[in-house]
Amino acid sequence: MVLIGVAIVIIGFIIRLNPLLVVTVAGLVTGLVAHQSLYEIISQFGEAFTVNRYMAVFIATLPVIGLLERFGLREQAESVVSKIKAATAGRILMLYFFIREVAAAFGLTSIGGHAQMVCPLIAPMAEGAAEAKYKKVPEDVKETIRAHAAAADNIGVFFGEDVFVAVGAILLMQGFFAQNHITSDPLKMALWAIPTAICALIVHFIRLFLLDRSLDRKLRNIDNAEVSKKKEA
Amino acid sequence: MFISIELVYIFLGIIAIAGSIYTFFDRNNPRRLTSGLFYLLYGISLLLGKVIPSFYMGLLAIVLVVLVGFGGLGKGSYGEASLEERKQNQKRLGKWLFVPALLIPILTVAGTTGLKGVKVYGTFLFDQKNLTLVSLGAATVVALIVGLLMTKSKPAVAIKESRRLLESIGWAAVLPQMLATLGTIFASAGVGTVVSKLVGHVIPTHSLFWVVFAYCIGMALFTMIMGNAFAAFPVMTAGIAIPLLIHQFGVNANHVAAIGMFAGYCGTLMTPMAANFNIVPAALLDLKDKNRVIKVQTPTALIILGVNIVLMYLFSL
Repeated sequence: MVLIGVAIVIIGFIIRLNPLLVVTVAGLVTGLVAHQSLYEIISQFGEAFTVNRYMAVFIATLPVIGLLERFGLREQAESVVSKIKAATAGRILMLYFFIREVAAAFGLTSIGGHAQMVCPLIAPMAEGAAEAKYKKVPEDVKETIRAHAAAADNIGVFFGEDVFVAVGAILLMQGFFAQNHITSDPLKMALWAIPTAICALIVHFIRLFLLDRSLDRKLRNIDNAEVSKKKEA
Repeated sequence: MFISIELVYIFLGIIAIAGSIYTFFDRNNPRRLTSGLFYLLYGISLLLGKVIPSFYMGLLAIVLVVLVGFGGLGKGSYGEASLEERKQNQKRLGKWLFVPALLIPILTVAGTTGLKGVKVYGTFLFDQKNLTLVSLGAATVVALIVGLLMTKSKPAVAIKESRRLLESIGWAAVLPQMLATLGTIFASAGVGTVVSKLVGHVIPTHSLFWVVFAYCIGMALFTMIMGNAFAAFPVMTAGIAIPLLIHQFGVNANHVAAIGMFAGYCGTLMTPMAANFNIVPAALLDLKDKNRVIKVQTPTALIILGVNIVLMYLFSL
């Protein structure tokens, strides 16, 4: 019966209701099914809402990022990149991905982030590189590039951070095993994270390489098609 | 401590509340009153989270959801700079624009590593439990001051610009907190134990490979439901990894944990439930399809999930 909440979430996402509404209803229903009182459920909502305020910390970056955007930060990021001949969207994201993953592996997870790095700097750089190379980039392709910028940030930090011994995940795992009377060693856990971290790097580099290839295929053709149209005219 | 995490939340609250005042008076927003109310209440929840009792906070959260659910959020006009204006300003400031932007990560790292255990007059300077968050908060304040001085702007300009960004994120800003709430309720209602029992019934427990397979897939799936691998780890590990992998097959706990957690992260990359990683950036990057980031991440996530299963199996032999 308690799985009804899970079902609500899945169905809600499939029929594309507002996620915020779906999640709240799922929470209320799950609580009611588990015989909690309405007062209890709402109090739980309130408590968890307060405890998880840390997830809103990205708001702190908005005033300064917004201000800089007004003064041309994105345009500056685009123009810096457009001067580098070798820059492509995929290569810029590879470089960012590499820095993000390695930095996270040394415990520096605060280098990066969507609000402060990806949106104002990395995404415009990747877009700028594509625009410098192909001149005309359709909006849909730009969105793909931007989505890739966000993905590079996520994948880089996720598979890098567990290589660092003192990260939350490792401490959580060690604490959990200690509770269950199983011996574990944080240092070894961090070491065992390295093979996956390297695989993630290889896999995602290949995907970014393929992104460049597909941009080349799509956008070169647009260019050529227009050129040939002009010739016909 | 001198600078606590609560101080950072107060900063966040002020940003949201100050923005909401402009929203109330934004005549181009067809829903200016309900929109303003949404950001005002959200700001209050950030500002006064420590003071408001849980029950009333819960009611406030539900009011936020109702406002969103009945289409109360509208877009207004934000007086943003035109492309020409931005280009003109960009020419004036050029590379210097990067300075405040890069100050954020640099100062955050400096604060996280440099102010660990630093005391002034016998008190910690920064909240030690939330060092990264407090460092980030302090870094943004410094970057903002530098940015204002450099661009010779009034603070109101920064507030207006942050309102533009916050309202472009809209309800997605609240989603991560609400999802974490759902996770808590799932946990207290015992959803995790039910799921891990179900998985336990389905898999052939005699085959090492299939147990590894079930554990990794289970971690990814349960993370997709909860939106958080940290919530999935205790449940799936207690349900599958400890009884079967560690006790029955005598596999070493260290690599099971390390790779199992990564299998969970593969799930994080594929779910809208991990809103702060997948949905908030889609909103910030102005993507029409809010699931675009997830779609881009899914191929990599599936391949790495497969790699994790193979690695865990090989290391367990």
